[in-house]
Amino acid sequence: MSFVGRSEAERREMLQRIGAPSLEALWAAIPPEFRVRGSLPVDAPLAEYEIARRFAQWAESNADANHYACFLGAGVYDHFIPAALRSLLSRSEFATAYTPYQPEVSQGTLQSIFEYQSMICELTGMEVANASMYDGATACAEAAHLAIGATGRRIVLVSEGVHPHYREVVRTYAAAGSFEVRDVPLERGATAVPALKRLLTPEVAAFLWAQPNFEGIVEDGLALTEATHAAGAYSIASADPVALAVLQPPGKDGADIVVGEGQPLGVPMGYGGPLVGFFSVRKSDVRRLPGRLAGVTVDLDGRRGFVLTLQTREQHIRRERATSNICTNQGLMALANTVHMALLGAQGMREVALQSMEKAHYLARRAAQVPGVSLANGEAPYFREFVLRLPGPAAGFLRAAEKRRILAGVPLERFDRARSQEILVAATEKRTREEMDRYVETLAEWARRPAKAKVEEAACRS
Amino acid sequence: MPELTLRERSVKGHRGPRLLPLDVPQEGAERLLPAERLRGDAPGLPEISEPAVVRHFVNLSVLNHHIDKAIYPLGSCTMKYNPKLNDEMAQLPGLQAIHPFQSEELSQGALAVIWELHQWLTAIMGMPAITTQPAAGAQCELTAILMTRAYHVAHGNPREEVIVPDSAHGTNPSTVNQVGYRAVTVPSGPDGCVDLNALKQEVSGKTAALMLTNPNTLGIFERQVGEIARIVHEAGALLYLDGANLNAMVGLASPGAMGFDFAHINLHKTFSTPHGGGGPGGGVLCVREDLAPYLPTPVLERSGDRYSWNYDRPRSIGRVHSYYGNFGMLVRALCYVKSLGTTGLAEVSREAILNANYLKARLTEAYAPSHEGYCMHEFVLSASRQKARGVRAVDIAKRILDFGMHAPTTYFPLIVDEALMIEPTETETKASLDAFAEVLLTIDRETREDPERVKRAPTQTPVRRLDEARAARKLTLTWRDLEAERGDA
Repeated sequence: MSFVGRSEAERREMLQRIGAPSLEALWAAIPPEFRVRGSLPVDAPLAEYEIARRFAQWAESNADANHYACFLGAGVYDHFIPAALRSLLSRSEFATAYTPYQPEVSQGTLQSIFEYQSMICELTGMEVANASMYDGATACAEAAHLAIGATGRRIVLVSEGVHPHYREVVRTYAAAGSFEVRDVPLERGATAVPALKRLLTPEVAAFLWAQPNFEGIVEDGLALTEATHAAGAYSIASADPVALAVLQPPGKDGADIVVGEGQPLGVPMGYGGPLVGFFSVRKSDVRRLPGRLAGVTVDLDGRRGFVLTLQTREQHIRRERATSNICTNQGLMALANTVHMALLGAQGMREVALQSMEKAHYLARRAAQVPGVSLANGEAPYFREFVLRLPGPAAGFLRAAEKRRILAGVPLERFDRARSQEILVAATEKRTREEMDRYVETLAEWARRPAKAKVEEAACRS
Repeated sequence: MPELTLRERSVKGHRGPRLLPLDVPQEGAERLLPAERLRGDAPGLPEISEPAVVRHFVNLSVLNHHIDKAIYPLGSCTMKYNPKLNDEMAQLPGLQAIHPFQSEELSQGALAVIWELHQWLTAIMGMPAITTQPAAGAQCELTAILMTRAYHVAHGNPREEVIVPDSAHGTNPSTVNQVGYRAVTVPSGPDGCVDLNALKQEVSGKTAALMLTNPNTLGIFERQVGEIARIVHEAGALLYLDGANLNAMVGLASPGAMGFDFAHINLHKTFSTPHGGGGPGGGVLCVREDLAPYLPTPVLERSGDRYSWNYDRPRSIGRVHSYYGNFGMLVRALCYVKSLGTTGLAEVSREAILNANYLKARLTEAYAPSHEGYCMHEFVLSASRQKARGVRAVDIAKRILDFGMHAPTTYFPLIVDEALMIEPTETETKASLDAFAEVLLTIDRETREDPERVKRAPTQTPVRRLDEARAARKLTLTWRDLEAERGDA
């Protein structure tokens, strides 16, 4: 296969125009010892239908959410994606354009970014949002970086209720020595406010928390933010955008930066990527914002138009003094968020959130009635995700559920070896009562198995 | 008439796609959550029917220039054709509706895709170890410079500086600063390449790394790269290849052979994944064997027929992404390399170089090239002659838009006056290059005969020149700002 349209005659004609004796003469500057000798050690080209056959085989060997009832969450959720969204996103005009460097021929992208910024602010209760970050994790890291710069302090507190991977990414970014990270523990699933207050010393630049948090618990954002502000630090919330259709937005709690993962808004789970991070602040911090920003202006005839603005914050202008090194972002995924929110609208967004919450509670209550099974965080209020404590190693139950085409939860042992009997379970509006009843039935059958059998089944998994 | 915003189109009571009615007993948000944790008012999202939403975005979309419409010669952005099969494969439910935390047993197909892509890319780069976790090129830079720091710390001293040539992309110095190093600039010599004497003066025991773009942003191959590698390595520092211009080398030259310790790949450039109006990109970082322990966690491993993620990486810099990177872009890139195979890959750089040289040859009668001689996959023209007639690079760029084509990158690299940086890529036909050349020659004629016409441009685009200064002065960044400005709020 080739995507080059070139005849031998054209090639000759072009070389003649260049005045080059041969094609090879054009790259004479590459010393011979650095050239590829012969051909690369890779396969011969394949025809489209053969490629399609191979990818279909790979696709079929994965468990996908069309064939399994997916109760996995932990940052990536199986929400409904409208067909109209897929159709719009596949348009070449959006997909094959780049960063709108020439605004006169990029108004589609620029206005979409403006709409995106607007809707993110409506959800988060903030005043300014950028055009997107790579994902929720890097948005948290960049938020920490912003707070360090704004306060001149060097410690960032992070709640243990923040996604463990996000915490890892924040630590990776901090490892450069620009700031230090300290953990704030949970108590019955929610951030422990007394511990937070103890840790909030005058060197603390920011406190990063999640709404709802990794265990699904709805945090008291107001209490967390008030404590943080009392110490003169930034309150940074990492929020779930679906939850924000019903929960008090962190912006209303007084948070200074609200970031999060946009995947639940119309982006496929995609084995965890591409995702999209959102990033919103108050106007007073707009000049510290990382990434692209679209704004309204007028053209020579006075017509409304959109441009990238405050570009002097960015790396291509400011170089080593830029607010961030981000260049390419997740534009098309931000567009997915925009189209998704436009299609579902105020009512639809609220319904998705409410149905997910109702279903999660339906499942949690029935699951917790199975003898030996309980909710790890007791009565703490949760949104569409909860932690189940099981009467035996979780691996065995997850395997039994997989056999019945249920992806039953994320084992918390992944993040904490001591939690081998706990799983994180999510429900979205897509899960049916039938699937949830099958889930509970499978759980009850497994829970009845003798303890020894449970341990053996779990062991044969790994 | 400009396209209305979604908010301006909103009509109370209109609805888009519906959900099924709730099939479990309803308890109500007020019973499930404490009242003070619920939001008082509904989020101010628009209420629009599905057909109206579709029209809104279709009407917006046609205001964009894009690669499926016409040439998009943005230098260093590699705007090549994005094969349709790639998208189709990435959208297979078994590769798209899959969760990052489903068990490895139920993800073997996804892992096989990543594994196979790794084999292709390491072979192309001539480098042994790889991660595809970074989301974009700039994040590869960050990952590599963090690894540089970890490497030097392990050798007893983190060092202080990272050297970047003055022709480098802004992401380089910005990354260096973000990782807590000092960016030191080395000048380019008259030939456009790194000035070796200046480099020798800058390199010292403080140097942690040198970030080199090869070919550089002038489209010139750094022919002294072997010597540069020797100088850098002798000082105990590491050599990073910014792979922004890899399209000039695929199948033709080997970064591994040149002595690079790190090399990044932008899948959205060289490996044809769509640019998406700004992203997603796809970041790949290849490294020398002894740097592999510092790669981000997890790394993919294979044992017999089974693939698994290895999280036990005590020397790793840690994670840089929530999960495993932009997987959908990896699927597309694998589809692309399998389509091209050995023969197609060899063609990429050769034809990209031919196209750039042909276009350069056609344009140098009217525009001053930054440097004489053959270029690699891109070249830089200076609009200095046109500037003498009162027309600047920005005017020429805007005038190009009137002909339904996209402008080159302008005012970059910074070391060329009135720069127009042109990268046609291999997927443009001769006819397309000729048409673009004719447009630029016409514009040059206009700068002599009717310069005002160029300075007034564009006039054929959906909007005319936009007042960027006003946008920055009077920040209007959301619907609410727009309403406040109009006095509706």
